[in-house]
Amino acid sequence: MTKAQALLNWIDERLPVTTFWKSQLSEYYAPKNFNFWYYFGSLALLVLVLQIVTGIFLTMNYKPDANQAFQSVEYIMRDVPAGWLIRYLHSTGASLFFVVVYLHMFRGLLYGSYRKPRELLWLFGVLIYLCLMAEAFFGYLLPWGQMSYWGAQVIVNLFGAIPFIGEDLAIWIRGDYVVSDATLNRFFAFHVIAIPLVLLALVAIHLVALHEVGSNNPDGVEIKDKKDAHGRPVDGIPFHPYYTVKDMVGVVVFLAVFSFIVFFTPEMGGYFLEANNFIPADPLKTPPHIAPVWYFTPYYAMLRAVPAFLGTQFWGVLVMGAAVLIFFLLPWLDRSPVKSIRYKGAYYKTALALFVVSFLILGWLGTQPTDFLGAIGKTEVAVILARLFTAVYFAFFVLMPWYSRVDKTKPVPERVRA
Amino acid sequence: MKAVLLLSLLFPLATATASESFKLDDAPIDTRDVESIQRGAKVFVNYCLNCHSAGAMRYNRLADLGLSATQIRDNLMFASDKLGATMSVAMRAEDAKEWFGVAPPDLSVIARSRGSDWLYTYLRSFYRDDSTATGWNNVVFPNVGMPNVLWELQGQQVQKVEGRKSGHGTEHLQKLTIAAPGTMGEREFDALTADLVNYLVFMGEPARQGRMQIGYAVLIFLGVLFVPVYLLKQDYWKEVH
Repeated sequence: MTKAQALLNWIDERLPVTTFWKSQLSEYYAPKNFNFWYYFGSLALLVLVLQIVTGIFLTMNYKPDANQAFQSVEYIMRDVPAGWLIRYLHSTGASLFFVVVYLHMFRGLLYGSYRKPRELLWLFGVLIYLCLMAEAFFGYLLPWGQMSYWGAQVIVNLFGAIPFIGEDLAIWIRGDYVVSDATLNRFFAFHVIAIPLVLLALVAIHLVALHEVGSNNPDGVEIKDKKDAHGRPVDGIPFHPYYTVKDMVGVVVFLAVFSFIVFFTPEMGGYFLEANNFIPADPLKTPPHIAPVWYFTPYYAMLRAVPAFLGTQFWGVLVMGAAVLIFFLLPWLDRSPVKSIRYKGAYYKTALALFVVSFLILGWLGTQPTDFLGAIGKTEVAVILARLFTAVYFAFFVLMPWYSRVDKTKPVPERVRA
Repeated sequence: MKAVLLLSLLFPLATATASESFKLDDAPIDTRDVESIQRGAKVFVNYCLNCHSAGAMRYNRLADLGLSATQIRDNLMFASDKLGATMSVAMRAEDAKEWFGVAPPDLSVIARSRGSDWLYTYLRSFYRDDSTATGWNNVVFPNVGMPNVLWELQGQQVQKVEGRKSGHGTEHLQKLTIAAPGTMGEREFDALTADLVNYLVFMGEPARQGRMQIGYAVLIFLGVLFVPVYLLKQDYWKEVH
């Protein structure tokens, strides 16, 4: 027995390192037919780690103080060695986190990854998405630019639109009557510790749930149904080394895209870093056009599309909230006998295509002022479009129990296709 | 009242964007042209730094432009004698507010919020207007508090009234004509403005040039790394059927 082996034995008797390695990686079987869409789970984990590491370094020089926050960010950009790199990695990482997570969720929609037995896996995924939105929202206030400030003002005011308790709730969130130093301090606390803790816990549960049920795959066939004499899935391969080496290829390509943005176009044409956020926050000067960062714009477009009714804006807030929360219901809305889009019929394919188009168009509308397409009569064209696509967005979910049941599906093969 | 405020926050219609609907000129700047940025720095410290600070910019950062400590001290430092000092101004914000109606904004990152095209067009679009406190107005920024500090170089422009179209003022520059020439011709002044804007872009992000250079190295590294990583994957996966 070598010394290294002896050491490992010593540890294994006290901590199940080898057992864990085997059960979770080297003898954890994943379907062999993962395609392009299966890169984004591990990439999301990579971005999470990157955000935490860069975030820690930013915290060393950032000042959560209304009088110093803006300058401290510029201090990081100029006087902290490689501070600009850390900041751009963090700001680009925030946007790419959403890119990766949106693609990861889309993968779920493509192949029915939310279906039995992966309902809880999906639910925890949606919780992670909610957490990520909170994390992004709190973090966006910290640079204390005009968009930080007024974006936070708008979002907190949404809570103010809730009947009866709204006003008090908004004050409770801000810690003041307007967004102020008190707000900045508590958002800092939420952004750097509270939400990340919850996020990490949820990610851990998401992974535990994944490894319990095993991954779905582009065919939507359960690989655990066909096992060999050793009890191994015949269409499964050990995650390590096969998917570790494959994911490394994905990581290199992803890092190339990431680096291109960080080093050559960190503002991404105003989508990742908004021009107005280079103006220090001014509570007395409302910017003419307030737009959230791109990953929130589909919901922002919905919010603006819903008219006031019975003297309150609350309906828009309700619609926006419902648009996010409705993802939770997906496992029970889909009544199709098959999981994967490969064997679903024209109804589901059309519905998914319309859903994606409406999400993208809403996202685009949300970045623009509502009058940018002119008006028909008294109603702005952009608002009419937003209403139309909000309806399509919800129709995808609400009509799913019907169209997924009557859809003409194809027979699912016994085993996954190579 | 609260409802109105909430409404305006929820639906920030573009009420004040009308002034930005005209076409901006492309700023003819080359961010790698160090000499242009140096000339721009000189214009900046002579004309802008009297009222506008650049609180995030340290004088010694001008060394990025290939200037020595002595060159910076002798040619570009009038307000401070410490090389590590930031570009501050002596004018107090309260005084400025009284004189101009608004405190001149810090210009450290002005190029990042306004963009080079806006700055280039704005700086060349002042015209004489007796109705304002300073006697100056600007097509790009109507009723701006700032007077045309470059007027001795540019001369005095006036707004031509004829051919004015209501609605989109896309031909704004044609509407301005030089009534009293300055010490510079139009092309010379445009070049000076471009240098200044080039400097403002540099000052907005001094790390910019360096980051692109690192960027090429990083992309080449990743491109090279891709080869063994891909071959490794192929090697493992050839046994998967």
